[in-house]
Amino acid sequence: MQKTTPSSNPNSGNLFSRLQLDGRLIFMVLTIAIIWVIFNVLSEGIFLSVQNLWNLSVQTASVGVMVSAMVLVIVMRHVDLSIGSILGFTGMVMAVVNARVFPPDAAWNAWATLAVGLILGGLIGAFQGAWVAYLSVPAFIVTLGGLLIYRGGAWLVTEGQTVGSLTNSFQVFGGGVGGSIGAIPTWIIGAILLAYVLVNDVSNYLKRQRNNLPNRPMWVQIIVTGLLVLLIFGFIQIMNGYKEPQTEVSRGMPVPVLIMLLTSALMIWVVRSTRFGRYIFAYGGNPEAARLAGINTKLLTTVVFAIMGVLAGLAGAIQTARLGAGTNSTGTLAELSVIAAAVIGGTSLSGGVGSIPGAFLGALLMSSLISGLVLLGYNSAWQQVVQGLVLMIAVLLDVLYNRNRPR
Amino acid sequence: MQPLVEMRDISKSFGGVRSLDGVSIDLQPGEVVGLLGHNGAGKSTLIKVLSGAYSADSGQIFLEGKEVKITSPRSSQQHGIETIYQNLALADNLDVAANIFLGREILKNGSLNEDQMEIEAKKVLDRLKVNIPNLKLPVYNFSGGQRQCIAISRAIYFKARVLIMDEPTAALGPQETAQVNELIRNLKAEGVGIFLISHDMHDVFNLCDRVTVMKNGKVVGSCKTKDVTEDEVLEMIIAGKKPRVLRDQA
Repeated sequence: MQKTTPSSNPNSGNLFSRLQLDGRLIFMVLTIAIIWVIFNVLSEGIFLSVQNLWNLSVQTASVGVMVSAMVLVIVMRHVDLSIGSILGFTGMVMAVVNARVFPPDAAWNAWATLAVGLILGGLIGAFQGAWVAYLSVPAFIVTLGGLLIYRGGAWLVTEGQTVGSLTNSFQVFGGGVGGSIGAIPTWIIGAILLAYVLVNDVSNYLKRQRNNLPNRPMWVQIIVTGLLVLLIFGFIQIMNGYKEPQTEVSRGMPVPVLIMLLTSALMIWVVRSTRFGRYIFAYGGNPEAARLAGINTKLLTTVVFAIMGVLAGLAGAIQTARLGAGTNSTGTLAELSVIAAAVIGGTSLSGGVGSIPGAFLGALLMSSLISGLVLLGYNSAWQQVVQGLVLMIAVLLDVLYNRNRPR
Repeated sequence: MQPLVEMRDISKSFGGVRSLDGVSIDLQPGEVVGLLGHNGAGKSTLIKVLSGAYSADSGQIFLEGKEVKITSPRSSQQHGIETIYQNLALADNLDVAANIFLGREILKNGSLNEDQMEIEAKKVLDRLKVNIPNLKLPVYNFSGGQRQCIAISRAIYFKARVLIMDEPTAALGPQETAQVNELIRNLKAEGVGIFLISHDMHDVFNLCDRVTVMKNGKVVGSCKTKDVTEDEVLEMIIAGKKPRVLRDQA
């Protein structure tokens, strides 16, 4: 048993795998950096202004919240086309509940409204997941049906009426007036992020060294950690750089961005550190192997779709609150932006491969493109053309990447 | 001697097709039993009943004399039965440790203990003298032989008493086949009972103490390899004809 294939030798392979770096993630970061610089030059410095970057973060939030669950869905070789409609339907129901059912001045109203939306989204997702898992109807069809059903449902809730006058406490979820957390809490979150990155990287490195497991070269680890620290620091600076009008008071991080960070962190933890996350990837790699290993794959599928539904409900709360009103068209075509972000971020449509940080960068890339085009005065028709092209190119890259992979 | 495994009168139908029709087989500790027959003879169905992938319509399974109910792959594993499938049932996108521990991960405070799993994986692979330099790589990077050894080390790590191998070497080259065969001999020496499904007559006579031949969902006969010739076994497989040693007994 002394046979060694070339690719399994740690001293061969390409530079990235030798340094235990994710080449795809680095490629994404560089692409975003290039796009930012180009837009900044074309917009004569507006694109990289603090205001624009702050707004960009808010615009990314809705897709950023949903994309982590979409990664899991696609990793399991499924797709969910209904999330834009679930977003619209739950948003509409939350608007009605917030403005017409619960007392507007009750302190619990906003949270209870949010809970209604999340539970409704979760139930819809679980229902669709059960169709896929237990009744073996392809997810493409089930969620295409869902796309029509819940979009129709959003209209039926109020016969197409827009529901306005949402409570201020609910509008906080959208990041509008009073929807930011202020400078000091933002710094605290930044400090927690910094501490987490430093402690985690250092302790992991030392632990692997102690157990004699292969490690990155020290200098690579220092650069990676250093860049992360800089990134967090810059992010906090931008969040705190945007002031309230005519004052020197920092707005701080918008609530939707905070929600996005929390859900992403939770989902990354689920994927990296729980059996549940491990089983999702095992199923994506080889469904039969997962089943034979004793994993309840049907329940797994149902739960993943339920999580997708919950996050669509959460995005529904963000968008409805941001708009300050429930409309039946909220979230139209959102499923495509989310799927595009996941695929651009390296989630393979053939299943088993995907990363939440990558998908998150995919979401940032998509919203950067849209924001830049808006700044340069291109209308929404052009934005759609560019989005579509970027999606096709992303899938092409995935195909090329997989072709070079031994199978 | 008390058999390690005894399957008694097992039947299983798919739609109108009777795949298994009152099949009884047994296995002693430290014994390698070759399960032979044409494609469609029912070998794979029979072992899938034992491994919990299918449930039988009727019949009983005994482990060391005690009747057990095997309802799922998990319950089969809990009885110390491990299965190596011919199509290499590994999740190609996961790394070596993740595959070895799939479904039975080591946890620490509720989350995966990756480092511990990597260390344990390295230990078991070293013990089996399987050379895999980087356990963090997804298993699609490795050769068929290496991957089959990973699948086998999964069974070893969880202390299999009964090992079912469905054509473990069908996808492998000669050198890799030799590696796997060597492993089978080591396990046999440790007292593990092995059901081996194979089409390779040479391997069967090399490794097996006994062969059990199936045809059309029934057992043709079971006899010690030292009592029969390759030609007789081929006749059992092709024509369903009992070899002389079994005819003499009757």
